Amino acid sequence: MARIELEQIVKRYGSITTVHGIDLTIDDGEFVVLVGPSGCGKSTTLRMIAGLEAISGGTLRIGGQVVNDREPKHRNIAMVFQNYAIYPHLTVAQNIGFGLYTSKLSKAEKQARIRETAKTLSLEPYLERRPAALSGGQRQRVAIGRAMVRDPVAFLFDEPLSNLDAQLRGQMRLEIKQLHQRLGSTIVFVTHDQVEAMSLADRIVVMRDGRILQVGAPMDLYNRPADIFTARFIGTPEMNMIDGIVADGHVELEANAAAVDLSGLGGLPRGVEAGQPIVLGVRPQELHLLAGGRGDFPIRIEGRVRVAEPHGSETFVLLDLPAGQLVARAPSTVSFKPGDAVAFGAEANSLRVFDKRTEKLVN
Amino acid sequence: MSESAKPSYAYGSTIRPGRIVAWTILFLGGIVMMTPLLFMFSTSLKTAGHVYDLRLIPEQPTLANYVKVLSDGRFVRWFLNSTLIATIVTLSCLFFDSLVAYTLAKFDFPGRRLVFLAILSTLMIPTEMLVIPWYLMASKLGWIDTYWGIMFPGLVTAFGVFLMRQFFETVPNDFLEAARVDGLNEFAIWWKVALPLVTPALSALAIFTFLGNWTAFFWPLIVTTDPSLYTLPVGLSSFAVEQSIQWELIMTGAALATIPTLAIFLFFQRYIVRGVMLAGVKG
Repeated sequence: MARIELEQIVKRYGSITTVHGIDLTIDDGEFVVLVGPSGCGKSTTLRMIAGLEAISGGTLRIGGQVVNDREPKHRNIAMVFQNYAIYPHLTVAQNIGFGLYTSKLSKAEKQARIRETAKTLSLEPYLERRPAALSGGQRQRVAIGRAMVRDPVAFLFDEPLSNLDAQLRGQMRLEIKQLHQRLGSTIVFVTHDQVEAMSLADRIVVMRDGRILQVGAPMDLYNRPADIFTARFIGTPEMNMIDGIVADGHVELEANAAAVDLSGLGGLPRGVEAGQPIVLGVRPQELHLLAGGRGDFPIRIEGRVRVAEPHGSETFVLLDLPAGQLVARAPSTVSFKPGDAVAFGAEANSLRVFDKRTEKLVN
Repeated sequence: MSESAKPSYAYGSTIRPGRIVAWTILFLGGIVMMTPLLFMFSTSLKTAGHVYDLRLIPEQPTLANYVKVLSDGRFVRWFLNSTLIATIVTLSCLFFDSLVAYTLAKFDFPGRRLVFLAILSTLMIPTEMLVIPWYLMASKLGWIDTYWGIMFPGLVTAFGVFLMRQFFETVPNDFLEAARVDGLNEFAIWWKVALPLVTPALSALAIFTFLGNWTAFFWPLIVTTDPSLYTLPVGLSSFAVEQSIQWELIMTGAALATIPTLAIFLFFQRYIVRGVMLAGVKG
C-alpha cells in the first residue's frame, strides 16, 4: 500500500499538451475516481501513473519515491484494462498466475496464492477453463484476479466496466467496492460514468481538457459543485441551468421572470453585483411539486408538461417554461398529461448561482 | 442439440441450382488437381514396361520401385538434406520474420515506415535477378557446396515479415501493456503474449515456408555441385538425366517426396483456427 503524489504532471504529444500540470495526492488506501468526458486526460493520467506513458513534466511519487523514469514493472502497481486483456491461450489459473511473473515465490506458494485469489473472486470452479468459456463478468474478475494476486501497492482501473451490460455493471461495481473495503488498497479508477464515480469513490476528481476542475467527496461534489461543468456532470438527470442577469436588487431571468418567482429569496445572492450575467442551477430532485399550485416555498416555477418519464419510484417531468425548459422530479403517484399546467417550488438554499463568464460557483 | 440440427438439415436438403453449379465447378477443378497426383502414385506402382500404359489402376501393381528407390543411399541422403534444410529455414523464418514484424507493428521509432517499405520492396525483385548476386556472394564467402549456402537466402523473408506484421497489427495493445505492467520484459512479451495470439498466421507461414523450401529447385541446383548435398528436387532431376528417364523411379521418388508436405499441412492446419484471439478481449 502506498500514497501516490502527482505534482504538476504534464503530458505533451509533440506540440499538443493533453494534461496541464495536475496536482493530486492519493492517500494510502483511498479509492479515487478520475471522471470526465472522453478526451479529458483521465486515462492519460492513469497511464502515466502506470508507467505506460512517459511523463512530459512534473513529479510522480509512489510511496514517497520519485518514479517518473521507472518502468511499469518497477512501480509495483497493477492495472485492469477496459478490454480485460486476459490471454485467450491461457487458462484462468495461468492468467491469474501471470500477475506473479516476476515474483520469486516457489511454485507451490504461487499455486496457493492463485487459489486464494480465485476464491476471493468466486472463480474457483473455472480455474482450468479458458477465457472463451467465461462470461463477460467472469473475464473481468479474472483480470482483477491477475491484478490482486501480486499484492501491489496500488490498483489502477481503466474504465473496467464500460464493456459490461447495465445489470452486470451494477453487480461488478458492488464487487469492486467490497473488494476495496476488504483489501483496503489504494485504488485509482477511471470512468466517464458519473454514477460509477459517485457510488465507488472516497474522492472524485473531475477533469476536463487536461485539467482538474474539482476534487472532493461524492456528496460534496453533488451538493457544492465548483462550476457549471461539474454541476451538470454529477447527478442524473443533470442540474437545470437558467440564464439570468443581476438587475437592481433582484435577478432577472431570461427564462421569463413570471415563470420563476424569486421574490421569496430575500435579496441578491452573495457575491454578485448588478449587471452581472449569471446562471442559476437547481437539481430536478430539489424541485417540489406544488399540489393545487400551492405551497410554501421561497421560489416558484410554473410551466407546462412536455414529457413525463416514470422511473417507477419517481417521475421526471420535462417542463416547458415560457422560455427554455426544465426537468423536475415528481412523486410517481401523480400522473401527468402533456400540456398540463404545473407549479414547482424550491428552497432558497437549493439554488446555486454561477458566474456566466467564469462558470464558477459564486454563492 | 437435435433441435438445432434440424433446420440445417432441412436447409441442406433443398438444393438450390446455384449450389449445383458451384459444386460441379469445384468437382471438375478437384479432378484436374488430383489427376497428376493420382498418376504419379499409379506410375510409381507400375513396372518399367507399363509406364506408357495410361490406365489409372496398374495391371500388375508392384512395390519394387519403392524398394529400389529406398535402398538407393542417394535418395535417402537427399530426402534427409531436404528435411534438414526446409526445417531449419522454416524455424528461422518463423522466429526472425515475426520478430521483425512485431517490432514494425508495435513499436514507434523514427523510420519505421521507411524500413517496412524497404522490406516490402524486395518482394518486387524476382528470384532470377537475385540468383547471380547470391551466387557471387556465396562464392566469395566460400559457401558453395555447403548447407549454409543453400539456406542463407531464405532465412528471413520479406513475405513473412509482411504477413506477420499484418497479424500483429490486430493484436490489441492492452494485451501487451497488461504484460508490461505485470513485469515481463519486451522479449518475453513477444514470446509469451504476442506470438501465441498469432498462431494461425504462424501456422500459415510455416506451411508456406516449408513447402517453398521443400520444392525449391533453382537455387539449390545452382549452389550445389556435390551430389551428396543435393536436395530432393535436384536429386530427382539428376535421376532423369543420368538414367535415360526412368519414369517409374522418378514418380516413386516424387510420391515419397509428397509425404512430408502432406504431414506438415495436416499438422499445422489445425492451428489455423479463426477467432482464437477474440475470446480474450471485448471490443
